[in-house]
Amino acid sequence: MNKKHKKNRNVAIIGVGQTVYSSHREDVNQPEMIHEAVSLALKDAGLTMDDIDCVVHGNMELFEMVHQPDMWHTIGDGAYGKSAFRLTTGGTTGATLVSAADNLVASGMYDVVMAVGFEKLQEGHTTGGITNMADPLWTRHLQTGALTGATASYMIQEFGEERAKRAAMKHRIDMDKHAVLNPNSHRSFGLDYDQMDDLIKNSPQLAGELRLIHMCSQSDGACVVIMASEEKAKKLSNKPVWIRDHITIHREENFSTMFTYDMDERDPTTHRVAAERLFERNGIKDPVEYFNVFEMYDPSSWWGLDWLRDFFLLEGDEVLTMVESDDFKIGGKIPVNPSGGVTSANPIGATAMIRVAEAALQVRGDAGGHQVPGEVNHALASGFGGTYWTVLFMLEKNLDWQKGEQ
Amino acid sequence: MNQENKDCYVVDGKLALPYQYFAGRTGSRFLISLRDKKKIFGVKCNKCDKVFVPPRQTCERCFENISNNWVELSDTGEIVNFSVVRYEGKHLPRKPPFVLALIKLGGADTPMTHIVEGIEPEKVEVGMKVKATFSDEPTNTILDLDHFEPV
Ligand SMILES: [Zn+2]
Repeated sequence: MNKKHKKNRNVAIIGVGQTVYSSHREDVNQPEMIHEAVSLALKDAGLTMDDIDCVVHGNMELFEMVHQPDMWHTIGDGAYGKSAFRLTTGGTTGATLVSAADNLVASGMYDVVMAVGFEKLQEGHTTGGITNMADPLWTRHLQTGALTGATASYMIQEFGEERAKRAAMKHRIDMDKHAVLNPNSHRSFGLDYDQMDDLIKNSPQLAGELRLIHMCSQSDGACVVIMASEEKAKKLSNKPVWIRDHITIHREENFSTMFTYDMDERDPTTHRVAAERLFERNGIKDPVEYFNVFEMYDPSSWWGLDWLRDFFLLEGDEVLTMVESDDFKIGGKIPVNPSGGVTSANPIGATAMIRVAEAALQVRGDAGGHQVPGEVNHALASGFGGTYWTVLFMLEKNLDWQKGEQ
Repeated sequence: MNQENKDCYVVDGKLALPYQYFAGRTGSRFLISLRDKKKIFGVKCNKCDKVFVPPRQTCERCFENISNNWVELSDTGEIVNFSVVRYEGKHLPRKPPFVLALIKLGGADTPMTHIVEGIEPEKVEVGMKVKATFSDEPTNTILDLDHFEPV
């Protein structure tokens, strides 16, 4: 099941570009918005479009209802006359784009590949688009789109109402405190812990105990990551960030089988399976000890809290203790989403790429106001999509993990 | 009836979602000129020596930002190719038969697609000179330029 994944050659991230994330981008059309991130990534890498061999492009299906947007967007991403691929895999799109670009470079087919993820949610109808991911026979008539109260309900059953609600809100406020430090954030409220009880009670309910404050925004924005082969990366960049490994775990789109058949014997989630397999094949025994930062795709605070135990292989109430002890804050034991995460900005087709891009900036030490203290040698980044599937990335500052690996 | 398909049900589905597209600053300026001044503007790439209409922020060939290099174009142009549309569809701008043509305006390098009216479809020819007719009511779309007619 867990075959050794050996790359044909090493691949590094050598450039990152992000627009600001906002609900108000009336000043630019889609290719113009993408062009902002493309220009910043090229500048960051010190390259021009002449250096780019291939462009991979993606966003959500149906969201802006443009068929083949990659063709329109060549005037923004510079793909004219180049190799180009379009990928659309739901929420994971941004991470899948980086996976694909990594594979394209590692294979030897291309030396320098640019991945472009974008979304302009203000132009479309997000929940309308999302509800159509449900299978049209048995689920589409009976679902709530991206808004689900199931995780809150499970966690309250498991840990008790008071502690579970406080932990989810503590995590929400932690993330907002990070978002305030990131100038690209769409939403940063300046929340504080003395608002916890009020928010737990009075933030409008969306589905069960999933409240408005817990949920991500609908954002406009684009993210671009440029990747290169080891040979090129060493020539072009003095801060290459190495893509050590990545894993994708897929599953059926179905709420009936998504969480569990049986509460007493819950199936592992795709997040847990991804983490177990990725860490096992890379010899990582204790992810909390090993990684210096984690950029997680956390569409809501309840999901964020629940999923941290999957990604860090936590048991029992460890995750609650950790959030209560500030372990996930900047300066904590294992900072999670120093960028503010998805609850602070969610331009969906870009969101999972932003996780990888932000993790790379942390490794480089270039994250600015939300840079975590200390050396960042090992970073983890996750993507999430559909009603449950996972892409998980490991980034490294140095190539030293390969010693003795042959 | 094919007995193999007996009792195989069809579950109906329908998508009807609202969308809105931002034209951006460059596209908005083009639309405002059409609506308020009845003038057609293109943008020129000085490097490639090409004038694009409708406008765009970047030249697709050399990737230069050309959004400020506005050029006023003639409201008259030449048909470089055309089709007579003979089928009916909800997405089509006119009832069939009608003419969709590629029209190269004076001063532009890229021909633009538009409707040709005021002539029987059978009589349209490549090379024919046509002139823009602007919409009486603003639509805030490319249809502020309503159609072209033979000069
Ligand atoms: Zn040009």
